[in-house]
Amino acid sequence: MTEKTTTYSSTKEWLLTDTPASALQAAAGRAYLGLLEFLKNRLAVLGLMIIVALVFVALFAPYIAPFDPILTDLKHRLLPFSAEHFFGTDELGRDIFSRIIWGSRLTLYVIGLVAIIAAPVGIIVGTVAGYFGGIVDMVLMRITDIFLAFPKLILALAFVAALGPGIENAIIAISITSWPPYARIARGETITIRNSDFIRAIRLQGAGPIRIISGHIMPLCLSSLIVRVTLDMAGIILTAAGLGFLGLGAQPPSPEWGAMTSSGRSYILDHWWLITMPGTAIFVVSLAFNLLGDGLREVLDPKSDN
Amino acid sequence: MLNISNLNISFGHGSEKNHAVKDISFKVKRGESFGLVGESGSGKSTVLNCISGLLNHWQGTIKVDGVPVSQKRDLAFYRKVQLVFQDPYASLHPRHTIDRTLKEPLAIHNFSDINHRVEKVLREVDLGSQFRFRYPHQLSGGQRQRVAVARALILEPEIILLDEPTSALDVSIQAEVLNLLQDIRKERNLTYVMVSHDLAVISYMCENCAVMSQGAMVEMISAKQLKSGNLTQNYTKQLFTASKGYDRAAIDLFQDF
Amino acid sequence: MILEEQLLQVKNLNIIFPSPKGDVHAVKNISFSLGKEKIGIVGESGSGKSVTGRSILRLLPPYAKISADKISFKGQDLLSLSEKQMRKIRGREVSMVMQDPKYSLNPVRTVGKQISEAYIVHRKATKQEAKEHTLKMLEAVRIRNPEQVYRLYPHEVSGGMGQRIMIAMMLIPDPSLLIADEPTSALDVTVQLQVLAILDDLVSQRGMGLIFISHDLELVSSFCDRIIIMYGGRIMEVVNAADLHKSTHPYTRGLLNCLPRIEGGNERLSTLVRDDAWLDADFSAPSVTVSG
Repeated sequence: MTEKTTTYSSTKEWLLTDTPASALQAAAGRAYLGLLEFLKNRLAVLGLMIIVALVFVALFAPYIAPFDPILTDLKHRLLPFSAEHFFGTDELGRDIFSRIIWGSRLTLYVIGLVAIIAAPVGIIVGTVAGYFGGIVDMVLMRITDIFLAFPKLILALAFVAALGPGIENAIIAISITSWPPYARIARGETITIRNSDFIRAIRLQGAGPIRIISGHIMPLCLSSLIVRVTLDMAGIILTAAGLGFLGLGAQPPSPEWGAMTSSGRSYILDHWWLITMPGTAIFVVSLAFNLLGDGLREVLDPKSDN
Repeated sequence: MLNISNLNISFGHGSEKNHAVKDISFKVKRGESFGLVGESGSGKSTVLNCISGLLNHWQGTIKVDGVPVSQKRDLAFYRKVQLVFQDPYASLHPRHTIDRTLKEPLAIHNFSDINHRVEKVLREVDLGSQFRFRYPHQLSGGQRQRVAVARALILEPEIILLDEPTSALDVSIQAEVLNLLQDIRKERNLTYVMVSHDLAVISYMCENCAVMSQGAMVEMISAKQLKSGNLTQNYTKQLFTASKGYDRAAIDLFQDF
Repeated sequence: MILEEQLLQVKNLNIIFPSPKGDVHAVKNISFSLGKEKIGIVGESGSGKSVTGRSILRLLPPYAKISADKISFKGQDLLSLSEKQMRKIRGREVSMVMQDPKYSLNPVRTVGKQISEAYIVHRKATKQEAKEHTLKMLEAVRIRNPEQVYRLYPHEVSGGMGQRIMIAMMLIPDPSLLIADEPTSALDVTVQLQVLAILDDLVSQRGMGLIFISHDLELVSSFCDRIIIMYGGRIMEVVNAADLHKSTHPYTRGLLNCLPRIEGGNERLSTLVRDDAWLDADFSAPSVTVSG
């Protein structure tokens, strides 16, 4: 057999080669093609850019925000837009722009933790139920159904009421209410994958259930789950904001966007920016996640393959 | 090497009950290639699935190397008996590279020298090392089936079950894969059980074959009988005629079995 | 063979599929013509045979680029027709039978309803007439109990029966050309031949043209009048079915030789050695290969 030494004239060629020399190159090539597909969807790219901006803002909040977000300054309360206070100030004289900047950290914190808790729980419950079927499936899915039976916000409210208000408890409550749909999706995918030839093949190689579920089934459920989680992010932000609005999420004086809209409510007629600015932030970020989710679906979801 | 007696399996219950395999018995010697021929629904693939361990509610006896196998198989069984699936487009994990697909069984069975074995088996199925890190969708049907054969070979089994290994492939690729299978059999002294609907393929690959229809065995014939058309059962004769190509007059004489 | 009427003429057909790795030239400069006869298009996967069949009815996805000097059906240029005019051609004048009937039939409607609808749409008939015609058609494709089959849902029929139903559905508007894309590949050999016999009889009774797309050279040679052999998007040669075994084209020979035979020995099968030169050799002139 002759070993060919190939030289690539460009990175693009290296990525698109039909004969990758390592697993890394193969994966990179695959990712590149996915990226090309993703970039075709302008709105999704816009969504991604907003989210990247959000992460950037959250990381560098201390450098971007011109004021301390919790420092009250009653001399300058309820100021409209100005060169000094871009978004004006609130009822305690805090700079709204700075509060929104710092609030992005809380938003990211919430959605990040919820995704890290809810998605893995959902995928594990779903794949295990789907793969084993029978009594295991019955028990796990009935538990899932119980959680699904309650409206999300009401259940989260109940949990927060029981655990006590605060951002950590809000995250736990939202996570507990978000995993059941993921379990359903993962189970559905698993059932279609379970009987395919490549799963039979690995069973005939002697692989056990843990290896099959983690190495063979989960990677295939992952893409539709990522899409779903991304689309759900908007809902999670809204639920977190809702809890904040009701006073059950982040506690004052922390600059959580939902809590900010709540406290701005009393000034809505004369000082509209108090409620509009954080509201717009919630809207923009939710929309960005929705756009990104739609774009990811086109790239990742095997059902929309062409 | 392989001894099947009174194999039975049925699916469903009550009035829906379908007796898919009825009292099938046959023996395959070491190094022999045995064919199972029949049309769809004849139960030929079901027999293979019972032997491989994919189905486990069968009744009867299956002996490998004189040792009866139980409904539940152990790791040692899988090292002895491997299966090649019909559709190479469905039998490889779409998100795993060829390298990973081949390494996985080695990891399960704690083989040493994994890299070397992967290279060796790829050479054996005539795939160069440039294929090693590709994904299945970057391979043609014939190349995928070679990977599937390589995966079956990598555990160094003694019996390979072939479930219509070339029916999804183009004829020119079929010839290459059949040649490859014959070469490997000679080299490793493997025992084959091959399912096919194509009498020509069976005649080329096998020494003996069982003709099946609706779950039952119609007759047992040798390749010599098949080649000379020396058949006793009407069902087999009709199958034989049909395999000869389109003949308007002959078709009117076809019966339903 | 002298063709008194040219049903379909295709001249210099090119089909290109754009992709991120560069354009794929699926079909390149192919030309052929067809009268009231059975013509087979044979090739391996990726030879462009199915794409050719579909391009005639303009059934390719919108991103495919089709260009041709001419695709004329009964003197009408199919490429210049609007989508609306094209819909009148599809089904009414030119029908297509696909490989798997299960995917071509609507699963929630009875087969009888679907067939009679095809008749109503194209013939503007009443429901009663349509039903009568449907039952007659089901009988013509040799379904023994048409009344009963009329009421079945697609999942309740076997593969062979499903394909017969598809053929009935495609033939009921009485088209003058039928394109059959691997219509019997999913069926058992005996059923396959029975379905082909039905097609054969209908084609000769009604004086239709048939394009039979298949990968099975032997089957096509025993079934069709002429064979177009395609490779890599090009026509390798056009031969009369009876002369197939006398063909000298290296690709045709290669295909014939690599088939195992029931009566053959157990020596190694000869494999096909592909030659890129075939792609550039000129086999496109249709008149060269049609013997008089």
